[in-house]
Amino acid sequence: MNSAIRRLAVAAIILMLALMANSTYLQAFRAGDLNGRNDNRRVRDSQFSVNRGPILVGSVPIAQSKPSNDRFVFQRTYPQNIAEAYAPVTGYYSYLFGRAGIELSQNSELNGSDPSMAFRRVVDVITDRRQQGASVTLTLNAAAQIAAYNGLAGKTGAVVALEPKTGKVLAMVSRPSYDPNQLAGHDLNKVAANWKKLTEDKSRPMSNRAIKELYPPGSTFKLVTAAAALSSGKYNPQTQVRSPAELDLPQTTVKLPNENGKNCGGSDNATLTVALRNSCNTAFGSIGLDLGPDALRDQAEKFGFGERQLPELGAAASQFPTDPNAPQTAQSAIGQFDVRATPLQMAMVSAGIANGGNVMKPYLVQNIKTVDLKTVSETKPESLHQAVSPEVANQLTQMMIDVVQNGTGKPGQIKDVQVAGKTGTAQTTPDKPPFAWFTAFAPANDPKIAVAVMIEDANVPRNDIAGGALAAPIAKAVMEAVLGQ
Amino acid sequence: MSIASTSVIQIMPRTRRGVELMLLIIAIGVSVGAYVNIGLTVQDKVPASTGYYAAGIGLLALIAHLALRYRAPYADPVLLPCAVLLNGLGVAMIHRIDLGLEAIAIANNRTPKSPAAPQQITWTAVGIVLFLVVVLVIRDHRRLQALTYTAGLAGLVLLVLPLIPGLGVNLNGARIWIRLAGMSFQPGEFAKLCLVIFFAGYLVVKRDVLTLAGHRFLGLDLPRARDLGPIGVAWLVSLGVLVFESDLGSSLLFFGLFLFLLYVSTERAGWLIIGGLLFVGGAFFAYSAIGHVHKRITDWLDPFSIDGGQIAVGLMGQAWGGVLGRGLGQGRPELTLYANSDMIISSFAEELGLTGLIAIILIYTLIIERGLRTALGCRDIFGKLVATGLAMSFALQVFVIVGGVTGLIPLTGLATPFMALGGTSLVANWAIIALLLRISDQARRPQTPAAPVSDETIAMAVQKQ
Repeated sequence: MNSAIRRLAVAAIILMLALMANSTYLQAFRAGDLNGRNDNRRVRDSQFSVNRGPILVGSVPIAQSKPSNDRFVFQRTYPQNIAEAYAPVTGYYSYLFGRAGIELSQNSELNGSDPSMAFRRVVDVITDRRQQGASVTLTLNAAAQIAAYNGLAGKTGAVVALEPKTGKVLAMVSRPSYDPNQLAGHDLNKVAANWKKLTEDKSRPMSNRAIKELYPPGSTFKLVTAAAALSSGKYNPQTQVRSPAELDLPQTTVKLPNENGKNCGGSDNATLTVALRNSCNTAFGSIGLDLGPDALRDQAEKFGFGERQLPELGAAASQFPTDPNAPQTAQSAIGQFDVRATPLQMAMVSAGIANGGNVMKPYLVQNIKTVDLKTVSETKPESLHQAVSPEVANQLTQMMIDVVQNGTGKPGQIKDVQVAGKTGTAQTTPDKPPFAWFTAFAPANDPKIAVAVMIEDANVPRNDIAGGALAAPIAKAVMEAVLGQ
Repeated sequence: MSIASTSVIQIMPRTRRGVELMLLIIAIGVSVGAYVNIGLTVQDKVPASTGYYAAGIGLLALIAHLALRYRAPYADPVLLPCAVLLNGLGVAMIHRIDLGLEAIAIANNRTPKSPAAPQQITWTAVGIVLFLVVVLVIRDHRRLQALTYTAGLAGLVLLVLPLIPGLGVNLNGARIWIRLAGMSFQPGEFAKLCLVIFFAGYLVVKRDVLTLAGHRFLGLDLPRARDLGPIGVAWLVSLGVLVFESDLGSSLLFFGLFLFLLYVSTERAGWLIIGGLLFVGGAFFAYSAIGHVHKRITDWLDPFSIDGGQIAVGLMGQAWGGVLGRGLGQGRPELTLYANSDMIISSFAEELGLTGLIAIILIYTLIIERGLRTALGCRDIFGKLVATGLAMSFALQVFVIVGGVTGLIPLTGLATPFMALGGTSLVANWAIIALLLRISDQARRPQTPAAPVSDETIAMAVQKQ
């Protein structure tokens, strides 16, 4: 009997070892996965109770944690008067609905759990201090951001401004916007009600139109077509381009008309400069037919089309259609058909031209610092592509200056500053108002800012919509805000 | 000359009661320390109830110790401290979860439920009283053999009690509770004890028949078909428990116990194989025919399929604990459903981490192995079988519940011995430990020494030759 009992003793030990082995797997190896789950209340609660670092613009917090007297210890707040202006960038920090924007992309730094702060956490544990997150300083320019936000008042649209030499995002605004405080509250029933209201709002206040949505870029895309033309070697700014009132599109009976129904500058032929000045559809349509879709797509991709910029914020990739036929190519050359771009992308086109053809990778986070001001990381500017040669960039700049001085971009003029820009009015469906665009940079000889403004809906009569009239004044205000400093 | 060359295990006839006292003091110290630690962490003060708790656990443990000194001086010195430590830690954790649930209730403007820890201390006292009764009244465990069939009948009655309308209640999908005079009992916990005595008594009588001639098949000695009777009955009864009371854990426990005892008494591995096949058959039947068993298994395979499922939340708690744990009072065990009963192991894993959980499993392992050692040393077959049965009931129970909570096997609602909130289980476990100690006293007690043989006698014997 004893041998049987001994065998049972061994069996019992094996059972217990199995328990220990399984628990070891669970608690030592699988724990990371489980702790990363969205429905993990423990992790969420504990993060909600951390003294989360602030998000700064300059030295001003646009999101910060303040002590609260309830179970979460800290309350995330966004300064009342500017919260909506910054909402597309900060995002929200919600117990029930997770995080968005910088709150999401820099979460581990803000709550101090990032591996780069492991040493600091050990020190905190030893000294019995509460874990405190790092501060995230953004590249945004407060004046530009507020100017853009105010400029879009009452409209549906977005503004993106970049520093051409570095790729720093100076402004990123989307309207209508929302107040992230409504989602960060500790009264969870109220938060849930607010969320429902925001997500059901037809004006989609939580959508970040600056980077997450794609729009036909319309005539602003002519900058890309012009860049392709100049880069091809077949064109220079003085090259005569066919520019009748209507362009016969091959293989169809459809004609591509100019916006005003007239030919370009009084003749059926115009120089490239004049064609851009007057934003002639027929001229750029025929350039597109001449160059072919591959050259256009190639040029667009060098400006960043087809890639996700700021992927950490969930930005969309701008698109040039894959295989357009001839009439579609002519349409694409003027930013219609299936060409789709984000406001950020069009700002990058201007910024690339402003920066001698070198498109810089856009970024929003300037640096991350711990509470005792030790730098955890600092973003270095990075070149994305050389979109055009410096010579072509210079030619394009001169043509864009001409647009603002003599052409459709006049509303973008700034006193004593040379502005280079391009307007756009993009048609979608007949039942929707066209999109008004303006992209520009200034000063033209030493660019400090490149900007793109897109207006989806401005509540004005259809005939009054034009990029120059609607969007250019906003771009001007944003540029002035930066240059005035 | 070689008198010592026997295969009998020699256990030094030393009482070791002093060792037990030292271990007890450590166990009480750890328990009270845990209690105070929880108060300091959660409420920033030594809990006012510390005195009540320390006196409760300490006095009860010391009374049990004195009873052993008085009536079972040779009993195993490790079992009592292990049980006290588990019981003490369990109460501390139940208190900790009381505090957590209270905070949640206050945050949601609800009146907190009355705390469960004082209740558990009261049940500990009842358990120790039963412990004393077993140690003091049952002077020799062999007398229990006379109760074989009485125990078997009692066990069956206890098993079916919850099925009686008006008496049994359905709780959390299982009908294993009865409600009497406003209090709830889980009669299955005592059925376990009764059935072990019945199995042991029955097998002592029948082991020869069962060991005798069978067929050899594939190198195995299989018993004759008609001898398969008892195992068939055990299988059917355990399946009945499963079907009618929806109690997966208990049916596994009863069937497993009978199988183990059958194996020990006959030493035939064939029984284990037949039993294993029957178990697989029963399990497959249960999986395909019984809804809640099916659900238990699908929950186990994909615990995250249901939002906020009990197992999933428990697993996340254990993951949150990690290797070293959040620290007592610093986790959120109260977020898990039944954190202080079914899921108490998960609560410990969260706050004490993998390290603490392994320590707890090791304490259980110690109890199991000490119990089996008692069986090895026991001189009568009945005692051997009872000790094996009781020790293996711990092994099965710990494996089933800890395995369920940690996601190794499907979760079944067995109580975690000595730790989980629940009076019946606690009291029954104290009775089981008492019986094990009683048998171990018998096993370790020096045999009545033979009359000393003097050198003179030997010399005379040699001379006569």
